[in-house]
Amino acid sequence: MTNVPASPDYFELFGLTPRFALDLDALEIAYQRVQSRVHPDRHAAGTAADRRAAMHWAALANEAYRTLRDEGRRAAYLCELAGVPIDASSNTAMPASFLARQLEWREALAESRAQGRPVAELQAEVDEQRSETLRALAAALDCAQDRKHAAALVRQLMFIDRFRAELRAGGESRSAHSTQG
Amino acid sequence: MALLQIAEPGMSTAPHQHRLAVGIDLGTTNSLVATVRHGAPQVLADEQGRVLLPSIVRYLADGAAEIGHGAQHHQASDPRNTVVSVKRFMGRGVKDVAHVENLPYDFVDAPGMLRLRTVAGVKSPVEVSAEILKLLRERAEKSLGGSLVGAVITVPAYFDDAQRQATRDAARLAGLNVLRLLNEPTAAALAYGLDRAAEGVYAVYDLGGGTFDISILRLSQGVFKVLATGGDSALGGDDFDHRLYCWALEQANLSLLAPQDQRLLTVKARAAKEALSSRGATTLQARLSTGQWVNLSISAEAFAAMTQHLVAKTLEATRQALRDADLKAADVNGVVLVGGATRMPHVRKAVADLFGRPPLADIDPDQVVAIGAALQADLLAGNRSRDGADWLLLDVIPLSLGLETMGELVEHVIARNSPIPVTRAQEFTTFRDGQTAMAIHVVQGERELVGDCRSLARFELRGIPPMTAGAARVRVCFQVDADGLLSVTAREQTSGVEASVAVKPSYGLSDEDIARMLQESLAAVDADMRARMLREQQVEARRLLEATEAALAADGDLLAAGERASIVELLAGVRAATRASDADAVKAAVDALARGTEEFAERRMDRSIRAALAGRRVDDVLAK
Repeated sequence: MTNVPASPDYFELFGLTPRFALDLDALEIAYQRVQSRVHPDRHAAGTAADRRAAMHWAALANEAYRTLRDEGRRAAYLCELAGVPIDASSNTAMPASFLARQLEWREALAESRAQGRPVAELQAEVDEQRSETLRALAAALDCAQDRKHAAALVRQLMFIDRFRAELRAGGESRSAHSTQG
Repeated sequence: MALLQIAEPGMSTAPHQHRLAVGIDLGTTNSLVATVRHGAPQVLADEQGRVLLPSIVRYLADGAAEIGHGAQHHQASDPRNTVVSVKRFMGRGVKDVAHVENLPYDFVDAPGMLRLRTVAGVKSPVEVSAEILKLLRERAEKSLGGSLVGAVITVPAYFDDAQRQATRDAARLAGLNVLRLLNEPTAAALAYGLDRAAEGVYAVYDLGGGTFDISILRLSQGVFKVLATGGDSALGGDDFDHRLYCWALEQANLSLLAPQDQRLLTVKARAAKEALSSRGATTLQARLSTGQWVNLSISAEAFAAMTQHLVAKTLEATRQALRDADLKAADVNGVVLVGGATRMPHVRKAVADLFGRPPLADIDPDQVVAIGAALQADLLAGNRSRDGADWLLLDVIPLSLGLETMGELVEHVIARNSPIPVTRAQEFTTFRDGQTAMAIHVVQGERELVGDCRSLARFELRGIPPMTAGAARVRVCFQVDADGLLSVTAREQTSGVEASVAVKPSYGLSDEDIARMLQESLAAVDADMRARMLREQQVEARRLLEATEAALAADGDLLAAGERASIVELLAGVRAATRASDADAVKAAVDALARGTEEFAERRMDRSIRAALAGRRVDDVLAK
């Protein structure tokens, strides 16, 4: 047999419009609706072929949900769908102002830690920068359709999120581990 | 057409026939079996009316095994051959087991999993557990009057892959068809959630005899979604007993004890702990084999103080699970207590204080897991209607999975608390010119150094065509199924040469091992069992025939004429094979049909999803 259905894209799988501004409640409902059809528990009494297909589709639904629920992964996915890869590891060019701010943050964090001061103010600034980047991403992806710019913003968002993870890690002596985009 | 069809209970495939399925809680201290009868879950008792089976196996010189209450009576007189709390050894080596020096066994360290030398020979924890499961299977078959189509076996949510594999192997060895390995806290949430049609966020605090789990779930319209799980698979009521045991040694100025005395004092310590759950003070009395009397009194306060560090460990894991779920204690709508060890008042108080609300314990904490497992077994066996009104459990993996990379560092591929099933691939490349093989080391755990994680499997991918360094593209694919079990495959992508290997973690037994052990245990009752196995295979084949025919009737339009014809031919092959009495032929025909209908199944699943979302975009429906 040929003609296996090609895997749908993640938005298609959940019956959602492919755009950055996404209603998370709608995503949750669609995710649960799809899982209630494909989850292996629904096919436990089925044939071996049914069970394999269920495993494949349920894993796909989980991956789609994970990708769309997180803003950074969702934006990266939209860029890739449009043929613009993020290339986070090879494309490290950043605006000088952004890099300068990253340096400032890191210095501020090191200083606060050294003096045992709280990082609430820094946290607020980073959160604000993140919201700003998300607004810019929404504009680039949903209005201007400028994926090149969006991909650059995704790379910035990855930097911001990595820094936020370090902030959250608090006193724990854990080195930041790069997350997949 | 026959008007009357005579079928053995549990073996019929008629649509409205009840298929016999059970849930089994294979506990550290006690094990239970439950089923759903006339729509209600029910724990099954033995002939004396006892529902709890002590998870204790005593091996005798003639090779036989005594299981449960009988074995319990001999645990102090014959400690070396009487295995208690075997769950703590599942998927573990000698160096993993705490307090080895205080255990009265003759350990044999073996690669992967330890073994115990008994008067009946060397036994693996899998074989010991299988004895318990076999007894529960027999209890259920006697009580229900037929053979079982399958069982849901519960495992601690925090069990890693090696421990899960070992549990599944034990069930297979006991002749059980495993419908699902179900996490214990999830089973408990199911029992509670269905009982009271609960909605909102629930925390399940499960302190058993040897394991601790904490799971945070969101319940909404029949969907039980695990948000985060955490715990310690080597922390339980046994550790409270052990603390009391050590205290008794100190107080009575005792040192090295004989094995019988170790066990005797442990049993007395447990009894004292249990007494302190309802009394302010108690005494611990024992007469040792040396003739020495131990006579100590202890207050509930003193016991609480000496075990506070154990309670603190559970609370830290609970806080971590809340952080992982991105929730605060105040966001939790209900806290469920599971496991006999939650009867200790200072444990209850600590949990109540953390969540700021009294916990729920109105379903017997010893039985709630088996009840949840029975409900799930009933669903998976297909006894409930399939109209979508049923519940759905969405569970997660408890520990991250990864690979060893340069410098003995771990590259995590799947993060803890990822929903299962999950499939994820990562690409690696060669680092030397002309490199033709690559060593792949799979580990589980949160730490960054390989040495701090559990090693699950090692294998080599060979036959990579010689290329310059960095040119090969080796794709390593992790797949975790709905039982939480991992399989790993590796494939070199750039060349036409396909090199791919599937591994099972080294802690699991191979299929050949299981077959051999099964054969050994079956040798005695050979003829009967063979006939039964053939009959079961025939039943399975008939079930497959009906399911495939139903699929053809419903979705046959998805197939081209030629495709349909080849499936029809495979069906005829299965039908012919079931009429003969050759189990291997039945299996071969069934396997051929399974392979030949794979793509049909994929297309049907695709159609089912489209139907679920048909005609409306979800976000449009929700838009105001």
